[in-house]
Amino acid sequence: MRAAALLLAAFAAAAFAQEAKRPSPLKPGPEFQSPDVRALQADDFANPGMLWVARGGELWRAPGANGKRCADCHGVDAVSMKGVSARHPRHDPSLGRLTDLSGRIDACRTRYQGGPALARESPDALALEAFVAHQSRGLPVKVSTEGPARAAFERGRALYFTRVGQLNLACTHCHDERWGRTLLAESISQGHATGWPAYRLEWQSLGSLHRRLRACFFGVRAQQPAAGSEDLLALELYLAGRAGGLAVEVPGVRR
Amino acid sequence: MSRRLFLQVAGGLAAGAALPAAAQANRILPVQDIAPLIEKITGGRPIDKRDVTVELPSLAENGNSVPLRIRVASPMSATDRVTDLHVFAERNPRPLIAAYHFGPAMARAQVDTRIRLAVEQRVFVIASLSGGRFLSGETHVVVTSAACIDEGI
Amino acid sequence: MAIARLQVPSTVRAGEAVEVRVLVQHPMETGFRREADGRAVPMNVVHSLVCRLGAVEILRAEFGTGVSANPYLAFWIVPPASGELVVEWVDDAGAKGRVAAPIAVS
Repeated sequence: MRAAALLLAAFAAAAFAQEAKRPSPLKPGPEFQSPDVRALQADDFANPGMLWVARGGELWRAPGANGKRCADCHGVDAVSMKGVSARHPRHDPSLGRLTDLSGRIDACRTRYQGGPALARESPDALALEAFVAHQSRGLPVKVSTEGPARAAFERGRALYFTRVGQLNLACTHCHDERWGRTLLAESISQGHATGWPAYRLEWQSLGSLHRRLRACFFGVRAQQPAAGSEDLLALELYLAGRAGGLAVEVPGVRR
Repeated sequence: MSRRLFLQVAGGLAAGAALPAAAQANRILPVQDIAPLIEKITGGRPIDKRDVTVELPSLAENGNSVPLRIRVASPMSATDRVTDLHVFAERNPRPLIAAYHFGPAMARAQVDTRIRLAVEQRVFVIASLSGGRFLSGETHVVVTSAACIDEGI
Repeated sequence: MAIARLQVPSTVRAGEAVEVRVLVQHPMETGFRREADGRAVPMNVVHSLVCRLGAVEILRAEFGTGVSANPYLAFWIVPPASGELVVEWVDDAGAKGRVAAPIAVS
């Protein structure tokens, strides 16, 4: 009997370890924005992020360094990209590591288009990422947190719950414990990344999730991990696991 | 208003509005005197405060991009129409935000755009009518400060 | 190379009012911003934008630094005849942009 109870406890602990701690009910980012910002995101013409999507579409059809276009392998209409961003970040067997969508696009460019890689946060990198991610709009986020991705997921979880910076806050303190409450005039979100890359009014530009996460670290006066670093990739994976089932909204609009 | 006049007006005030960086950082922007600009538009003729609707959210989450719709009650006929709109925000470092000049194919005296507002203030619009008359309207907007500060290097 | 979007119905009944929407990718630099290293970013805005249908000027706009980055503009027109609706703009650096769409009036 005692052995059975221990076994049950072990199973329960294991089951808990698999899952991210999720807010209930899950609410996507727009629910924490003003009506104007929500309306701007919902307007496919006026949403400024669509300018980056349009540019990404041009790059998709433009020849790379060796003359090969994205469209040559994946189709001009990019229908083959449907769902891709909903599965990222993921452990890429060909790369042997965890990669986000932007890293995956770069791998394609260097491997098949004769390079060079696009600098993170450069206009073309953001445009291509927005274009590819936009093909998954409306599809539920579903990343793998098992097998080779497990270690990164746990690393992301650890980061999410670790207090950092002069304000000594972890992600969880705002986005699990205080979502829906206000910070000055802002409503605290649940911290789901389903709209990224997103057009942020504060930046007056489209920007990547890693830029946004770095801004969070700055906000609590902590050292900022580099964009594309293993830390931010791991945190992105944890966030995606935590947001599982919410729909991709790229390009999002945020204040 | 011609492009040259717009530049004179906008540039002249901007030069007068050169603020110390600290004042800008604190967003303590003085109200600028737009009377000379208005004088250039109207030539001193009277302005009726009616029939110009300035639609803005009463509370803007971010001053970088505030939706604005201007509507003027006008038949937009060949003889009775709005010819120009001038948009002002007196607490912006350059108070003349935009000017619009309407040709005969405009169906309505209406424009939608998005504007920057440095601080809480009123947005003031003058409509020039055919026949040398002028109308105006205004709306007050609260602009909130960001809680999540950006963003380091 | 400027990215821009223009939305207008391709076919219009004679006398019908239709909405024209324009979105231009441009940072609309105010001249007040500084780079991380302290260098001032010079003012550069789209200062003029013109919309024409054929030879007819429909709307002319002048923008200052109070117009948001990636300027958006929407307005209503009655197209007098079929033709190409053209929107052209120029910024303080002299860079020009153009976007166009055909309108058929029936």
